[in-house]
Amino acid sequence: MFTYQFDWSVVLTGQYAQWIVDGIKVTIQLSVVSIVLSFMMGLLIAVMRMSQVAPIRGFAHGYLEFIRNTPLLVQIFFWYFGSYQILPKVVNDWLNARDFEFAAAVIALTIYTSAFIAEDIRSGIRSIPKEQMEAARSSGFSYLRSMQYIILPQAVRITIPPLISQFLNLTKNSSLAMTIGVAELTYQARQVESYTFRGFEAFTAATLVYLSLSLIITGLVTLYDKKVLSPTGMK
Amino acid sequence: MDGWFGFQVIWDNIEHFMIGRYPNGPIGGLALTLWLAVVSCGLSIIIGIVLGLLCVSQNRFIKYPVLTVVNCIRGIPLLMVIFWMYFLLPAFMGGVVPESWTVIAALTVFTSAYMSQIVQAGIEAIPRGQMEAGLSTGLSRTHVMVFIILPQALRNMIPSFVNQLVSLIKDTSLAFIVGVAELTHVATQVNNRTMIYPAQIFLFIAVIYFILCFMLTSYSRWLEQRLAYRKAI
Repeated sequence: MFTYQFDWSVVLTGQYAQWIVDGIKVTIQLSVVSIVLSFMMGLLIAVMRMSQVAPIRGFAHGYLEFIRNTPLLVQIFFWYFGSYQILPKVVNDWLNARDFEFAAAVIALTIYTSAFIAEDIRSGIRSIPKEQMEAARSSGFSYLRSMQYIILPQAVRITIPPLISQFLNLTKNSSLAMTIGVAELTYQARQVESYTFRGFEAFTAATLVYLSLSLIITGLVTLYDKKVLSPTGMK
Repeated sequence: MDGWFGFQVIWDNIEHFMIGRYPNGPIGGLALTLWLAVVSCGLSIIIGIVLGLLCVSQNRFIKYPVLTVVNCIRGIPLLMVIFWMYFLLPAFMGGVVPESWTVIAALTVFTSAYMSQIVQAGIEAIPRGQMEAGLSTGLSRTHVMVFIILPQALRNMIPSFVNQLVSLIKDTSLAFIVGVAELTHVATQVNNRTMIYPAQIFLFIAVIYFILCFMLTSYSRWLEQRLAYRKAI
């Protein structure tokens, strides 16, 4: 019933191996660029979500709920196909002159991940006793400065493990970028499959790469918990 | 081009969005999205409970292999699982498997892994004393697990199950990749046909997904609060 001759040389040597390696590079690029941007955006949204001003808070809340409750794929399509209707012409021309698919994927992934990161940061901030904020305010810091100097430095330390998990999710989610033609790992695996009919080998290679990425990242979280959080008594 | 005011295109294709080409063809659109999500959710709750029980087994020759498989599935993207099913199912079933069942199989395998973690955490959250009390009344370990621990654990897990259903509804959009005509696929079809209203079309289906998922998320939050309240008394 299951007679299949495996031929691993397809994905281990030559041109097709190069495709897989190229795919890994693009996956890592996509994930790293998006995680940096989503961290900044997530931080902004988290602070907005905890703002004293109701409209700002409400906007951030609505943003979070909407983004978290819609599929990433739909968001990718929205930015990829709809960008010429939404973004100004200057931006579109600038993007079109470069790698538009990559940019659309980065925009969608950043917006999607920032919503999850914002929630992680917010729960990190809420885990800091509110007396700290009161003490900072009464020693003359403004709200924003107390956030900047007292609350956020502590909160970020607690938030790092969930942030790393978000990075892992982002790496996995970046596979969806293949639907708009970004040549990342899954795209290349499929490409190898359609050129060589060696689907099992190609997808095994891609699966192993994703698995090792997630093993490394999970390992980092465990190490961080042991070495950094436990000694400070924050865990 | 009428920019943001092209929402007429939604209304012209509303039937297509909701039920696909039914009754003149296979069912599709939102109806198929719901069907995929509900069937996979039901199956993965059952498989998730079984896997979760195996994960807390005392026999380490059962526990660790199952844990390894579960963690491997959690470590790869859903898209990979879908491709695997796309290749493996026909090879093992020895014939053509309908795409919608490929997707249901992939979603079930993927979600079961997450469900098993929920079940495992739920079982571990029940105080140890319950197991000890059960054992000392003469029940076997399996009986204590099935009749005493699991019923209590399951009640606490319902909010997490609902959250998984939300993820599932969002994940059904990936069925697009193997050509299943669910909501996202219908949207790309309509988009390819009309060409000039992508933002309206994708915003519209995003809103549909949002309404569905937000209702469920709110329901799960309400359940969680009610459970917390019950536990408090």
